[in-house]
Amino acid sequence: MFEFSSRLKTISYVLILIGALSVGFSFLAGGGHHEDEHGEHATMQDEHADHSDHAEHSDHASHDSHGEEAHHETAVHPALVHDDMPETDDFTYHKGASRAIPENNHFYASPEHHDAEHIHHQIENKPWSNLLVNSFWALALGLGALFFMAVQYAAQVGWSAVILRVLEAMASFIWVPGLVILIIILTGWFHIGGNHVYHWMAEGIMNPDSPNYDALIAGKEGYLNGAFFTLRALIYLGGWIGAAYMLRKMSLRFEQAGVDYAKNWAKMRNLGAGFLVFFAVTSSTSAWDWIMSIDTHWFSTLFGWYVFATMFVSALTALMMIVLYLKGKGYLAEVNHSHIHDIAKFMFAFSIFWTYLWFSQFMLIWYSNIPEEVTYYMARFGEYKGLFFTMLVLNFLFPILVLMSRDAKRNKGFIFTAGVVILFGHWMDIFIMIMPGSVGNNWTLGLVQIGTMLGFVGLFINVVFRALSKAPLMAKNHPMYVESTHFHQ
Amino acid sequence: MASTNQTIINALYDDDDVLLSGVKQVREKGLEIQEVYSPFPVHGLDKAMGLKETRIAIAAFLYGTLGLATAISLTYGMMIVDWPLNIGGKPSFSWGENMPAFVPIMFELTVFFAAHLMVWTFFFRNKIYPGAKAQNPDPRTTDDKFLMEVVAGGDHSNEDIMALLKETGAIEVSVNSAEHA
Repeated sequence: MFEFSSRLKTISYVLILIGALSVGFSFLAGGGHHEDEHGEHATMQDEHADHSDHAEHSDHASHDSHGEEAHHETAVHPALVHDDMPETDDFTYHKGASRAIPENNHFYASPEHHDAEHIHHQIENKPWSNLLVNSFWALALGLGALFFMAVQYAAQVGWSAVILRVLEAMASFIWVPGLVILIIILTGWFHIGGNHVYHWMAEGIMNPDSPNYDALIAGKEGYLNGAFFTLRALIYLGGWIGAAYMLRKMSLRFEQAGVDYAKNWAKMRNLGAGFLVFFAVTSSTSAWDWIMSIDTHWFSTLFGWYVFATMFVSALTALMMIVLYLKGKGYLAEVNHSHIHDIAKFMFAFSIFWTYLWFSQFMLIWYSNIPEEVTYYMARFGEYKGLFFTMLVLNFLFPILVLMSRDAKRNKGFIFTAGVVILFGHWMDIFIMIMPGSVGNNWTLGLVQIGTMLGFVGLFINVVFRALSKAPLMAKNHPMYVESTHFHQ
Repeated sequence: MASTNQTIINALYDDDDVLLSGVKQVREKGLEIQEVYSPFPVHGLDKAMGLKETRIAIAAFLYGTLGLATAISLTYGMMIVDWPLNIGGKPSFSWGENMPAFVPIMFELTVFFAAHLMVWTFFFRNKIYPGAKAQNPDPRTTDDKFLMEVVAGGDHSNEDIMALLKETGAIEVSVNSAEHA
């Protein structure tokens, strides 16, 4: 049995405290600076528009949206979506431009058009976005582990039986970040605490008579509305937490006497396979809901897979680090070099898989250069350029070079270094997925954000190691246990 | 393998696990194993035989780098220097700014060079080429049998070695004193 050492427990509590202080500070400070910062940021945006290559687009769009603004006010606006507008080139152009750079896009909107309000919202969003970035990252660690565990059972895998208890413990963590995400969703829906992370939740945005009306977002009302959105979140979280709980419960039957272990294992196979079907759908839809819907006008068909890749590689890395920690403490004697080597191969392979998906999404959008798609990357190539390329180096170049050789995949120092970099790199990846759409140019990556991340690391350590200490680390009656202990390459 | 006049004792096995433990026992006795023939790769056999680690990984890395360099010079020469084309308004006079469009080429040529040159290196190092004489002493090792070649000599008589091999589970043991290619 694993004993959760009091030293590690203390560390986890300290980390949780740091996280709590960071979150508390971000909310307290969140409302403070609006008035001072408005002017400054508005100027920054103007400069931006003047200097960037895309300034022309941006200027056009500004003028167009002025035009449309006027329409709004004279209530001619709904005509935009009808066919009774004159079929002139001019109108086509206007229509295209308004689709390209929507008037309430956070970046290329006209400076005059309720911009001050947007910047105000963006600053109010900062603590919420920070919470969303970190809770989604933490969710990825647990959910990726649950997916990996379900694969092990569905495919009746032999080699991995000795690490299943670690995966179970990781999967038991899902409810914690899940709860935080649920809070973010509900506060957004009911406009509590200045949460405007999801722009489509804004009041009047689906109402043609409101000055906030956005025809494109209104067109998505059937899917993007508070009630259905919350219901979906409940279904996802219920399914994931339920599957993690069931797999854990059935796995604990391997510890009881008088159970038909082979039959239990076969049942777990069915559950694992069923969960994978559920996960195939919900991993995509949850990524659309919780992340892609922040940039409401934009969509990418690859987005679910891209987020899944981030999730899976982060979870494999966390798994590896927990296994290394436990081995370092003298536990998991059955885990040999070949197991470690294989998990490191997973880290290496799925870093490349992530890059492949990231690039597939990027290149098609970059190449076709369609305004309505490319706004997503324009936002990320502006203020976020440094982060964007750092993230690519951390998530692709670093793992591929450090983990390429066989010896490196068997060396704890190499694996650990690569692991820290991969985990942080994917944290940055999620940061870049969420921040441009919710806080725009008002982002900061400082002590508060890192502190919140550490807080979630503390929660993760606390919940996962607590779960680990509650059952034997080896399911010795698992039908594949013996095969797994003999695993070699 | 250089041509040799050593006496070789062949032991035929019909199970890879038995073969693996046989290899370990034979080496524990201080005997030298010249070669093992198997219809499929047996996990852990290379380690049990005490073979040197392969250097093909280093070669693969170098081949991949060569492929990448080829792709970069190819795209630069063709698409930037020799014949810049305006494709979708992409910056056609700068390799760096047009780089994302070339990534598929860079990726494919890296893989192509690494994979193909690795295979050719493997063939070359193992003297497998069209018209090469088969080194396989018993054609059944291409079906479902495994054959271990033990170098006779030293402190052990041929009879001792053959008895040992029988003991390890070999189904057939024979002395092959013919010149071995």
